Amino acid sequence: MGKYIVLRLLQALLVLLGLSLLIFFIARVMPGDPARVALGSLATHEQVQNLREEMHLDKPFPVQYYFWLRSVLKGDLGRSLYTRRPVTTDLKAYIPATLELILFSLLISLVIGQITGVLAGYFRNSWFDGLSRLISYIGVAAPPFVVAIFLLLVFTYILNLTPAVGRLALAQRPPPQITGFLIFDSLVAGKFDIALEAIKHIFLPAASLAVANIAQESRITRTSIAENLQKDYVTAHIVYGIPTRSITFKYLLRPSLIPTVSVMGLDFAFQLSNAFLVELVFMWPGFSRYAVTVMLNKDLNAIVAVVLVIGVAFSVVNVIVDIVVSFLDPRVRLQRTEG
Amino acid sequence: MSNKELLVAALSRKRVSFSKGWYKFSRNPLSVFGLILLISIILAAILAPYIVPYPKHAGAFTNFRESSLPPSLKHFFGTDTVGRDVFSRVIFGYRFSLMLAVVVLTLSIPPGVILGLVAGYYQRTRIEIAIMRITDIFLAVPPLVLALAITVMLSPNLFNQMMAISLMWWPWYSRLVYSVTSSLRHEYFVREAELTGAGKAHILFREILPNCIAPIFTKMTLDAGFVIIVGASLSFIGLGIQPPRPGLGTMVADGAKRLPAEWWMAVFPALAIVLVILSFNLVGDGLSDMFSVEEV
Repeated sequence: MGKYIVLRLLQALLVLLGLSLLIFFIARVMPGDPARVALGSLATHEQVQNLREEMHLDKPFPVQYYFWLRSVLKGDLGRSLYTRRPVTTDLKAYIPATLELILFSLLISLVIGQITGVLAGYFRNSWFDGLSRLISYIGVAAPPFVVAIFLLLVFTYILNLTPAVGRLALAQRPPPQITGFLIFDSLVAGKFDIALEAIKHIFLPAASLAVANIAQESRITRTSIAENLQKDYVTAHIVYGIPTRSITFKYLLRPSLIPTVSVMGLDFAFQLSNAFLVELVFMWPGFSRYAVTVMLNKDLNAIVAVVLVIGVAFSVVNVIVDIVVSFLDPRVRLQRTEG
Repeated sequence: MSNKELLVAALSRKRVSFSKGWYKFSRNPLSVFGLILLISIILAAILAPYIVPYPKHAGAFTNFRESSLPPSLKHFFGTDTVGRDVFSRVIFGYRFSLMLAVVVLTLSIPPGVILGLVAGYYQRTRIEIAIMRITDIFLAVPPLVLALAITVMLSPNLFNQMMAISLMWWPWYSRLVYSVTSSLRHEYFVREAELTGAGKAHILFREILPNCIAPIFTKMTLDAGFVIIVGASLSFIGLGIQPPRPGLGTMVADGAKRLPAEWWMAVFPALAIVLVILSFNLVGDGLSDMFSVEEV
């Protein structure tokens, strides 16, 4: 097991190194002189030349990459040309909001997806099953920003239930920052009204991200429940008189949890890019909106950093998923330690 | 049996397998519905200039006297802020979305398939390691992110958008074909071809590739929907088809600013996006039913 984890981590590191090379290459071959872009058109030729030397732009590509990688490993991602702050400062400021958003959406999709999946599996071919199938089809087909527009229209403008934009109402003071997760921080600070307001604000963007996942997870759970219900061991449990609830939770949900965990892991990384547009729609002050902003402003250092952060998140999550799955499924665990 | 008889037999067998395939496909009414929907959308997109009520509205047309009108019999989907018919623009928007899907898949599938075949065939060699690790790198970031970065650094227009998405799309096919190829690598028919001295090209393209066609085809249909999502997302940010040409994503973005009073400007293009992706997904599911061999 330990050997497997180490191998998996090494592989992830290799992929990240490759990704950094790729994104660095893309950022450098593109037309335009980064030093000139950084200083603006008013800078003198001499100033540009000095910055070029400082940024090692006058040296060959591999040397540039070496210097860049060295500073990245030291935690220095350069300065954002758009916000004029170090990129790492920006990232620290924006990532928690997006993480909170994605975790909340995963929570929603896990709960609703499991419940609807179990119900659809139990009542196969009923009207509920049909309805949930229809909704799943549409849920998968609707891109998150489209879902966002519809939810905004219905919940905010027609029903007037949720606020339209941001993380909190303007008048509200955020709680002292501990984790950067507003809901968590305000609960810790004992400010329940702010926590409630934060939940109201996070609900729509999180739901927009969750819809496709709910659809997917509910289908997976349904299939798994339906399959396992027909197996002899379940019949045996029913005959032994074991209560339905414990059959469901102990024996039926567990096998369906394995594909769900894998899918959720993949989803986590994809949510970072899905959140790009959802955060724009809801003006959510998070990483993804920052990512779009720096991209539209051709802010090279920040673009490279943003892509790297997503790559790191993706790789880390994949490793975690593999490990969790191998804990959930003894067959996978055995196969890997023996093989 | 004479040659002619063989040919007839082969052809009739083809026909039987087609009708069997169609039987499997048509057993699911949703797939048939998806197919009809998809064909209608494609036809509408191709024939757009002849069938939409206001073909001129697809470009830089203005008529402020009819601006921001709600849906009516004259304008099914209402009009936008400069008085253009939203319905006509949506149908024209489909043209660009479908064109994007066709171009991206045509550009990205062949290299992806070839790399996957080669990597799967040369298992446990440096070739496999090189190809698959590069594939992993491209797969380490969702396609939208790098496509966005590349489109921005070139300049935002339809052509660059197509190039950027294509560059992100081949790894999915190389991974798919790789997994099929590596599972077939040691089958007897491949061994036999090797022993009889068949060339590598023959083995890869004539022996192994036909086995990959079904999964490629299914994935292609599903992917057309995904490519359209990525394209619509890019144009939602303003990095796709540039105005005044109608991009579905651009129309949703512009319309979103007019919510809730002038809801039709965002809602109809948004529904149009959902509809085309839904139809591709339904057809894709039908195809995977069709190619499945679990029950005989």
